[in-house]
Amino acid sequence: MSKGGTKGRKRAAKPKRRPETPPIQAPTPTKPKLKLPVWKEGEAPRIGVFICHCGINIGGVVNVPVVVEFATKLPNVAYSEDNIYTCSEAGLASINEAIKKYNLNRVIVASCTPRTHEPLFRSACEEAGLNKYLFEMANIREQCSWVHSHEPEGATEKAKDIVKMAVARATWLQPQEEPEIDVMGSSLVIGGGVAGTTAALSLANQGFKVYLVEKEPELGGNLRRLHKLYPTMQEASEILNPTVEAVKNHKNIQLLTSTTITDVKGYVGNFHVSAAKNGEKIGFDVGTIIVACGAMNYRPPEGLYQYGVYDKIVTQLEMDQLLNKGAIKSPDRVVMIQCVGSRKGEIRAYELEAFAMSDTSRLLRKILKARKEEGWPYCSRICCMNAIKNAILIKELSPKTDVIILYSDLRVYKEYEDFYSRARDLEVKFVKFIEEAGPEIAQTADGRLLVSVYDMLAGHEVKLTTDWVVLSTPLIPHKDSIILARTLKIPLSPDGFLMEAHLKLRPVDTQMDGIFLAGAATGPKDVPETIVSAKAAASRAAILMANKKMRTEAITAVVNSDLCRGCGRCQEVCEFNAIELVEVAPKVKNAKINEISCKGCGTCSVTCPTGAITMRHFTEKQVNAMVESLLTGG
Amino acid sequence: MEFEPVILAFCCNWCSYAGADLAGTARISYPPNIRIIRVMCSGMVHPALVMDALSKGIDGVLIAGCHPGDCHYTDGNLKTERRVEALRVMMEDLGIEIERLRLEWVSSGEGEKFARVAREMTETIKKIGPNPFKPR
Repeated sequence: MSKGGTKGRKRAAKPKRRPETPPIQAPTPTKPKLKLPVWKEGEAPRIGVFICHCGINIGGVVNVPVVVEFATKLPNVAYSEDNIYTCSEAGLASINEAIKKYNLNRVIVASCTPRTHEPLFRSACEEAGLNKYLFEMANIREQCSWVHSHEPEGATEKAKDIVKMAVARATWLQPQEEPEIDVMGSSLVIGGGVAGTTAALSLANQGFKVYLVEKEPELGGNLRRLHKLYPTMQEASEILNPTVEAVKNHKNIQLLTSTTITDVKGYVGNFHVSAAKNGEKIGFDVGTIIVACGAMNYRPPEGLYQYGVYDKIVTQLEMDQLLNKGAIKSPDRVVMIQCVGSRKGEIRAYELEAFAMSDTSRLLRKILKARKEEGWPYCSRICCMNAIKNAILIKELSPKTDVIILYSDLRVYKEYEDFYSRARDLEVKFVKFIEEAGPEIAQTADGRLLVSVYDMLAGHEVKLTTDWVVLSTPLIPHKDSIILARTLKIPLSPDGFLMEAHLKLRPVDTQMDGIFLAGAATGPKDVPETIVSAKAAASRAAILMANKKMRTEAITAVVNSDLCRGCGRCQEVCEFNAIELVEVAPKVKNAKINEISCKGCGTCSVTCPTGAITMRHFTEKQVNAMVESLLTGG
Repeated sequence: MEFEPVILAFCCNWCSYAGADLAGTARISYPPNIRIIRVMCSGMVHPALVMDALSKGIDGVLIAGCHPGDCHYTDGNLKTERRVEALRVMMEDLGIEIERLRLEWVSSGEGEKFARVAREMTETIKKIGPNPFKPR
């Protein structure tokens, strides 16, 4: 599908940009002693298979007892059982018990995705004295029962196959040791809004060195443009100023305003950051990174609800500023329209894909053009409360002003329900319209505005002559987030925001170890939510830095020096400068892999013409065994 | 009995495997013919492994990786793309329909796309029939 497009890019990418920055000197890995009370070299595999019902999530579709029965008969399986929830305390205890009782040296859990539960089961194995790389997971929920609920028989067959493949792989698993690396006690915080300053302050107060990078000359972000905040009606500056002052005066914070990030190299614990401050190049090293690039308020395109055509049609943000300036005295009526440019349209994959293929500004123009025509698909979450806030402010200023909020759905969650009631007590009116037949705006002969809308609850059209029309527009992804996503290798969500590693289980982590997300970078948030996520991100980063050392994945490349002929092709394809050629004997060169720099992508092992390079935990034998198991009956 | 193909899917750990998970979380159904093997990167899939699978009777192979530019390892996916081009030539030489091998970019946010690819691929392979190399 993207074949034609990538061709051009491939050629363009050909000249390696490697020599620009010097490679980072990785520390030599210290080898911890392997503790293997259960597994011994050469011992025949004894596999334990634990199949989870996950309540009815798996058991409701897949016939679990049949799969257990099937697993028992597979080669090298010494024990198998089913659990209602293998991840429960009882389930984990059962794994521990079985390892000891049946002398298991491999464990398979067939349940959900390893992306969420592998660490839990691995540590259960470790507790029982089994190296965690002797654990294997079979995903029969996300990739089986949840997607094949319409055909339970097919799902059961597939679950059997998935377990069979896991058993085949487990047979060849080897214990691995994880190299230990040093984590620098310094952090980079990108973005100087309320999220960035809060996170920076939190880390600095814990004694870590923080580089706070802000693109603009001043700190404060969106909050600098806002005045009153819901639901307390506090001035935004009341919240912002103390934090900003504290950041400016903190001895542990190096403030870099008017600075943009140009490149980030390295890995968790040892990132090398290149930035440009007023065009001047700077560089520094940090252990962790917090991205707090925030979101932007959407300015509706000209003509949407006559925005930009008539003067007195403004966004909620502009109304907030007008109220602060005292420009609103006592109008007869103010009409607000909700969900302007949001909850419609669909961001198509190509828009996000396009940025990968082309330069970012072109992509941005493309996305913005499509969004202009269609709107943003998600609910921006803050607009309902924001509209009610401005409505209350107007009512308090001039009680005789008729304030009407036109909505298709109103979402006032948690304590904001009281805030809504307060608006009703002040006689703010709420009129529900149908999404398909939204309000229309025209100008009256005397220069005021005329809003006509079909009142869904009253069942007839109403015509409202008004002085002001206020549009509730969504928060949209910050344009810099697309560039940052590329630099830091963080994926974007379908809505175009930076994506967290897991929505529920790892909400401030990213897929990249050592990089965390704070504030509205992951989606629209109000101030309390932003502060919560900023502190969460800071504490996640602090955990890494406080421990000073961490273990990295053992999945790296290994060279078999007997087969290596020192051709250097692995060195050419390695993107991480992890391979060097060393002279092992006069005129005999061998590839040598730096385990810390190696990320375990496996490209070198595929490139190696003699098959000298294998990947730990993803050996040819292990993967081959999975394929073979599918071909044979058992 | 209707022919039920066995399709092998190599999904990269960072994007496509997560995309397949998302299809599950969002309960988007697709036919149960796909068997997923998790690899760290699509660039880790050795062409010999694919040829081996196809020449031993696997009906179809899907390689799914991150979108160009999104690769966790910079450009492992682009290397895969070039290898797939070479694989297609080899498949033609061996008389294996090239439709049996498919390369797709599936991001971790594209559960819908993963399900669609799985549906399309199952359909295509049902149409071309069992792999002639399949042992009887």
